[in-house]
Amino acid sequence: MSEAPFARRALTVTGMDELGAYRLLRVADPDGPEPQAGQFAMLAAAERWGGGEEERPYLPRAFSIARRSDGESQFLLEDVGPGSRRLCELQAGDRLWTLGPLGRGFVAPSAGRRAVLVGGGVGIAPLAILQDALAAAGAEAAETTVLLGFRDAARAEGAALLAGARVATDDGSAGHHGLVTDLLEAEIRRDPDVVVYACGPAGMLEGVRALCERADTPAQLALEAHMACGFGACFGCVVPRRGGGYLRVCVDGPVIDAGALERVDEHAGAPA
Amino acid sequence: MSVEFCGLALRHPVINGSGTFDAIAARRAFGEDLAASFPFSAYVSKTITLQPRDGNPPPRLWEASGGLINSIGLPNKGLEVYLREDLPQLADLLGLAADGAAPGAVPLITNVMGASAEQIAELLGACDARPEIAAIELNVSCPNVKTGLDIGADPRQLAEVLRAVRGRTSKPLIVKLTPNTADVGACALAAQEAGADAVSLINTLRATALSPDGRSRPRRPWLGGGTGGLSGPAIRAVALAQVEAVAARVAIPVVGMGGVQNARHAQDLIDVGATLVAVGTETFRDPGVGARIAHELQEIMVGR
Repeated sequence: MSEAPFARRALTVTGMDELGAYRLLRVADPDGPEPQAGQFAMLAAAERWGGGEEERPYLPRAFSIARRSDGESQFLLEDVGPGSRRLCELQAGDRLWTLGPLGRGFVAPSAGRRAVLVGGGVGIAPLAILQDALAAAGAEAAETTVLLGFRDAARAEGAALLAGARVATDDGSAGHHGLVTDLLEAEIRRDPDVVVYACGPAGMLEGVRALCERADTPAQLALEAHMACGFGACFGCVVPRRGGGYLRVCVDGPVIDAGALERVDEHAGAPA
Repeated sequence: MSVEFCGLALRHPVINGSGTFDAIAARRAFGEDLAASFPFSAYVSKTITLQPRDGNPPPRLWEASGGLINSIGLPNKGLEVYLREDLPQLADLLGLAADGAAPGAVPLITNVMGASAEQIAELLGACDARPEIAAIELNVSCPNVKTGLDIGADPRQLAEVLRAVRGRTSKPLIVKLTPNTADVGACALAAQEAGADAVSLINTLRATALSPDGRSRPRRPWLGGGTGGLSGPAIRAVALAQVEAVAARVAIPVVGMGGVQNARHAQDLIDVGATLVAVGTETFRDPGVGARIAHELQEIMVGR
């Protein structure tokens, strides 16, 4: 995994693109370490971070690195609370505090296994940089299957972040009417020699975990959790570990082997 | 800028608050950058207990107005594993020789907590035997198994427990006072009279948050542990008042902390009597902040 410089850095926003209901934040970081797919960064606007509703946000927010190209890092945002709302307001030229890359990323598929990328909502972000990494490592585009689930058609526009995605929506307004795990189940039945890489809301990840457990399919889950620090200091972002105790999502993850989890719990945080 | 604290010569007055910086995890995240420029002049460990603890069920965090409520529950591997596995790693990272006293090293302060005088005595005795440990900080924000009352919340109880354990170590003993008490100055004085070499404050203020689902009846607490502790800028003014009150009552050194975000905040605590200043929650926002505060403090001192 890539190590982060030992202090947050002020970077300059180069752009904010609309992607349906999401925003793609682009940041110039020509000197930053090259992240591994699945790693994340802690982000905070350099100006007006705090002073919003209830004097929030206060803590930085954790975001998967969605893509890295030509010295630019990209992050996928959805306005769900005071932190993500402030980040969504950023424009080219604004300054952004960044700490990262942090955490453990995805592990490449073992020989003979195809990658199946399964994403839900804003959680599709780390799958984009993973798709780039798989392609750079020589995987034929046709070998990698991408299955993405969204609430509705406006959010499904986010699927443009990845190449060749098949889409499911909760309301049927785009693609398959139903859950992305429906698509995954059919895919595994068609070809069981795969590794599943998944990121999304807890309910979706639990669906993926349970399905892969039944099918005896290896799966790597990129978890989301509220965290105060991102580097193992606060112990706030834990998830229960199979067999007892807890894992810190920030340093033991965010990518965690599905076998290490009994289940992915729904303790999604207050809007961040 | 060097500071003498309980016989330790420290490079500057800025250390970390216990439980706000996991040096071993940080080395994994930041690599040798961390060892090369360790931000604190002494390193305070997480709280260590006799038995391992998993900590509280999540959720463990709540972002409050200008601060953070945490209900972590002191997860740690227990005394035995700490001494066997963590201590050698910490000694390597902090530059400590086997005898604990290497020039240029960052002294290690081990924070411990027990629920009775017997437990605390065992913890102090075990730490006393290890040369890598320069000083011991005792977390007294723990309910006494005998009384149910936090050990540090009552001056008489605090003095009684400290007198019973003080003889178990010849290392400097820092008592981390609880702010959740009627008269923190009286508790500090009791600690001094019972043999504490220093006091540190403030720990987090007891706090809670309700689940944002306002329709549920009864309203449920958000935190898995029910209640938690508030830290960050929201408590800075309280910390300043408590540190001032304590420094006015005791002759032993005081480690001041609570909401410190910059050198000005650190200077305020020093100006009301703190010898050292600890940075905690701000490190979550920027792990490099300790080094920056130490540097800026130096500039303030030179300018005076």
